[in-house]
Amino acid sequence: MRIAVLVTYVPDTASTIKVGPSGKAIDEAGIKWIISPYDEFAVEEAIKLKESKGAEVTYITYGPERDQQVLRECFARGGDKGVHVVGTGAAFGDAFAIAQILTAAVKKAGPFDLIFAGVKGVGSDQGLVGAMVAELLDIPHVASVTKIEYGEAGITAWREIEGGQEVVEVSLPCVITAQKGLNEPRYPSLKGIMAAKKMPVESVKVADLGLDEAALGGATCRWVSLALPPAKSAGKIIHGEQDPQAAARELARLLREEAKVI
Amino acid sequence: MAGILVFVEQRDGHVRKASFEALSEAKRLAQGKGIPVVAVVVGSGVRGLASTLGDWGAEKVFVADQPELAHYSPQAYAQALASAVGEAQPQAVFLAATAMGRDLAGRLAAKLKVGCLPDVTAVRWDGDTLQAVRPVYSGKALATVDGGKSVPVVVTLRPNVFPAQKSPHTAEVMALPPVAVRGGYKVKEVVSLQAGELDVAEADIIVSGGRGLRGPENFALIRELAKVLGAAVGASRAAVDAGWIDHAHQVGQTGKVVSPTLYIACGISGAIQHLAGMSSSKVIVAINKDPEAPIFKVADYGVVGDLFQVIPALTEEVRKLKT
Ligand SMILES: Cc1cc2nc3c(=O)[nH]c(=O)nc-3n(C[C@H](O)[C@H](O)[C@H](O)COP(=O)(O)OP(=O)(O)OC[C@H]3O[C@@H](n4cnc5c(N)ncnc54)[C@H](O)[C@@H]3O)c2cc1C
Ligand SMILES: Nc1ncnc2c1ncn2[C@@H]1O[C@H](COP(=O)(O)O)[C@@H](O)[C@H]1O
Repeated sequence: MRIAVLVTYVPDTASTIKVGPSGKAIDEAGIKWIISPYDEFAVEEAIKLKESKGAEVTYITYGPERDQQVLRECFARGGDKGVHVVGTGAAFGDAFAIAQILTAAVKKAGPFDLIFAGVKGVGSDQGLVGAMVAELLDIPHVASVTKIEYGEAGITAWREIEGGQEVVEVSLPCVITAQKGLNEPRYPSLKGIMAAKKMPVESVKVADLGLDEAALGGATCRWVSLALPPAKSAGKIIHGEQDPQAAARELARLLREEAKVI
Repeated sequence: MAGILVFVEQRDGHVRKASFEALSEAKRLAQGKGIPVVAVVVGSGVRGLASTLGDWGAEKVFVADQPELAHYSPQAYAQALASAVGEAQPQAVFLAATAMGRDLAGRLAAKLKVGCLPDVTAVRWDGDTLQAVRPVYSGKALATVDGGKSVPVVVTLRPNVFPAQKSPHTAEVMALPPVAVRGGYKVKEVVSLQAGELDVAEADIIVSGGRGLRGPENFALIRELAKVLGAAVGASRAAVDAGWIDHAHQVGQTGKVVSPTLYIACGISGAIQHLAGMSSSKVIVAINKDPEAPIFKVADYGVVGDLFQVIPALTEEVRKLKT
């Protein structure tokens, strides 16, 4: 079995966000980069499958030079190969442009029986790339998956929906987007971290895939501007340490008469 | 014919509230330009439902009604939508940013080779182009985005953000050509979490509990308050990771992103990853014994106190107000 995992490097979720000089993207100074949290579930699932059934795991990422590191971080947990599509970042924030680049990379490194992605990339929070890659490859996908059973011809996936789960039988090849609950991502071992440095990474340029990054970027989604949200004015504080009953009464009154929400 | 095409999501023959919101917002934008709103409904036995969509401003409703479409399938539904796009030639396709809408939007956009503006909280015209605002970086920034050269542009609208408003029309109902549903994807079963439980992603009011609850049994306090308010039960990751409640209830970065009218956070400190999921709520209430807890910075109303005393008292007060 051959598995691809699409992984992306994102700002640590605890980062302070500042608007950069372009006014359209963040200021990257001082940002710590991490594997997108949902991609960790995707990585773990692929490694578990390799361990239980035998598989070759290829990580694929598209991004600037520094993103080679995300592949190293994945290797520290397991896996076999890495493909880094090195770009200028022109396609950042444009899910369809990214999906076209990743699809070309998947085709070049493939074929694959299973492709894992995260349900969404934290930060740009699009939640689109997995389904788009599946469509471009003309294969099925199951999104927001919290459990998988692997059968002979296909897999059964539990997918999170409002108020419940859909249990889906899907044939291979397909794309699965990972949701929290799918597994417990392991921590990299020291041995893994050392070994990761020597793992093979194939570096390709977007042009090597026959695509024009500058033309793609922003063709289907442009970030016109980026702003910090307006500061919220201070709320009303009710002290309920002494008389919780009175505090509760006052809160209920405010919610009914002032906020008019109950 | 230009216009805005709205995918109307239904489950078991009921239109989702978030789809009415999407229709209403489409109507508001379309009116400004004198263009029509067109709806599309996909499912099995949904034809009757189509004619009611005129009440929500749809001038035309396309219907894909086939037994094989009873359950959501990304490829089949995207095919039905693409054929409605072919008929209506809209400038934009709107979907509610629900589990189905978010997923379908990606598939559809790639099929049409256009862009998608996901999970937006505001939409406006910039000349003849639609511009949208979406929270990014856990709500720590707001991006104004457009679809570049995309025609149409696919937009998903965050539930509970846009007001639903009727706008009566007589809708012309038209059947779409049958979708050739491919094999390889089959919904075997739909499992409901717990009968009668509201999902946080759709609720108007949410009462959430965190580590301050100290144990799973104390979620009963949260449930009780939620019941009198007609609210859904939410949770912080700390409560979920401790195994006190199912992940489906988790609000935040790695849980659900919600925008209720009222969000009541009980025993939740207000970590940035939690705020990522709820900071666009209209009114935020925090109940916490620590006056320095960061949740108070985003709260419209805060009660400093012991939740074990405040919540039951609040439940009682709300019950009084409601009777
Ligand atoms: C990548 C990543 C993703 C994450 N995703 C999420 C997510 O989706 N959702 C999420 O919620 N978190 C998420 N987190 C975790 C987040 O950082 C916090 O750890 C978590 O939100 C804390 O939960 P809590 O507020 O319930 O617990 P705590 O931070 O421990 O807060 C408990 C609060 O309860 C109060 N309290 C205690 N006893 C009482 C009492 N008797 N009466 C009143 N108040 C009391 C305390 O004062 C305290 O403020 C994520 C973290 C990371 C790194
Ligand atoms: N630049 C990228 N390189 C590799 N994978 C990506 C990239 N961007 C997104 N993905 C994958 O697509 C998923 C969803 O991303 P998004 O649609 O941006 O939210 C991520 O979790 C990754 O698995």
